[in-house]
Amino acid sequence: MTSERRRWADHPLVQLTLVRYREFYREPEAVFWVFVFPVLLTAGLGIAFRNQAPERTPVAVVAGAPGSDSVATALGASDALTVQTLDDSAAGKALRTGRVALVVAPRETGEVEYRYDQDRPDGRTARLLADAAVQDAAGRRDPVDVTERLVSEPGSRYVDFVVPGLLGMNLMGSGIWGLGFAIVDARRKKLLKRLIATPMSRTQYLASFVLSRLTMLIIEVALLLGFAVLAFGVPLRGSLATLTALCLLSSLAFGALGLLIASRAQTVEGVSGLMNLVMLPMWIFSGVFFSASRFPDALQPFIQALPLTAVEGAGLARLGPELAIIGGWLVVSFLLAVRLFRWR
Amino acid sequence: MSGTSTASPSLQVHALRKAYGDVIAVDGLDLEVRPGECFGLLGPNGAGKTTTIEICEGLTAPDGGEVVVLGRRWGRDDRELRELLGISLQETQFAEKLTVRETVRLFRSFYRRGPTHEAVIEMVQLQEKADARVGQLSGGQRQRMALACALVGEPELLFLDEPTTGLDPQSRRQLWELIEGFKAGGRAILLTTHYMDEAERLCDRVAIVDHGRVIAEGSPRELIASLRAEHVLEFAVGEAVTLDQQALGALDGVCDASPRRRLPPPGSRAAPRGALAAG
Repeated sequence: MTSERRRWADHPLVQLTLVRYREFYREPEAVFWVFVFPVLLTAGLGIAFRNQAPERTPVAVVAGAPGSDSVATALGASDALTVQTLDDSAAGKALRTGRVALVVAPRETGEVEYRYDQDRPDGRTARLLADAAVQDAAGRRDPVDVTERLVSEPGSRYVDFVVPGLLGMNLMGSGIWGLGFAIVDARRKKLLKRLIATPMSRTQYLASFVLSRLTMLIIEVALLLGFAVLAFGVPLRGSLATLTALCLLSSLAFGALGLLIASRAQTVEGVSGLMNLVMLPMWIFSGVFFSASRFPDALQPFIQALPLTAVEGAGLARLGPELAIIGGWLVVSFLLAVRLFRWR
Repeated sequence: MSGTSTASPSLQVHALRKAYGDVIAVDGLDLEVRPGECFGLLGPNGAGKTTTIEICEGLTAPDGGEVVVLGRRWGRDDRELRELLGISLQETQFAEKLTVRETVRLFRSFYRRGPTHEAVIEMVQLQEKADARVGQLSGGQRQRMALACALVGEPELLFLDEPTTGLDPQSRRQLWELIEGFKAGGRAILLTTHYMDEAERLCDRVAIVDHGRVIAEGSPRELIASLRAEHVLEFAVGEAVTLDQQALGALDGVCDASPRRRLPPPGSRAAPRGALAAG
């Protein structure tokens, strides 16, 4: 009965890695969060912040004065404004509630009064636009000729800004959650203890997580970037090799961080708290959704040292230092994790 | 040296000690399991059975004492020992999303030698459940799968920590038959249990453990005799039946048979009762 000859499929590393896949794809929720959610998030952000024809700014003209009609006509000629004619109190209310950005009140004297909140950017914009329309209608001629060229090209939109961040966030999430949860769950169920009671190699056990993460990473990255390119025309700059190297390294680093977080925790609740503690600062500070340069200078060294900031900031120009930061996180987390790891 | 050789014991434990903080779990315990023997550790919860068996399994380090497993020692021959031991822990929860076949095959992959995973699944009679997810198995089926995972390496020595705790009577009997089948192969077993009937059925020798020490040791029969633990069996028969008191008293293992009459509760028919004391 003893079978000395073994097929490659019966190699423990293959079997352990297969277990990782099976546990993943048999958990529909995990598949959703890792593969579907990032695409939905990209779609949502891309649509919410899409470039569209500049919105017209709503302004109100106070009815009843002799100049009201001609002012309203002048304003209506501007393609940047929408005009409504209201009585005095209705116009005041519309301004207070933000339904109009500016109230234009013509006086008996022919003078025009602008009422607006100077702390509101749209109020100041409306003031400039309305004044230009009123002055032009009254025959003003600009002393300097100007021409305009409008710029809106792929690469400078919000969706182009947010896609690399989402990619990094996804690598972080699936690395940390994927490893952390699976390991703590196995420890809680005493499965880790049962496994080390066999001749299983502990290195191969940890390596199976790395292997399964790397193949899933390819799917994750391809899905997210493929969607961003096809749906929003996000341009991919730089070489595929750089992208691959960066994704591999950062996935390993986040995996090691997940391993470190899970090295001692005995309960799923405990490890969830730790994971949020580690990931929350990165969601906020690392500039996924808005530029990290908005934070005060004093915080910048801390922000720049975060692995997610490094993953995101790894452009062509600054690839070296960023890779060093990510590599540092990988080595330090992994060594610490191996030192601290409890199998039972 | 082979673990099945007649000369050397499969497991030798001498003056074993283990404390967790102030709690002394094992307090100078001695054991010897011979090749081909099924040895039972019997005792209440907290007596130190699990700590003892986990030290023998190399999962817990002892504070003191000596453990020799199949002529080898933990800390020196770990890799070799892992190949030779079959282990079923108390309360292992296997991954619920995997099937029985996938789980057994995973465990089989860790060992250099042993039967195929299909053969082990057949051994524990789970062929029909081979493609079922672990999460869908009954308690008895899970324990049989745990046993399969312990048997995949064709172990010389099998450790079973409370293999039937929490199972229904039918599942227990089924598991006993499987363990007896393994015993018939001539290899040694160390098992822990709360149940005297389980020890009586499976074990050649039993050690009763309390407060981390062995307080009695011997064959189940010897132990029962030495403890003077008599079972009183009381039963009722219909009015038409007459009991032959002498014949009952002459049965093997019965030391006294006497009728006991009680006043019937109002409204019910009187029934003669009998009592047997067995020891």
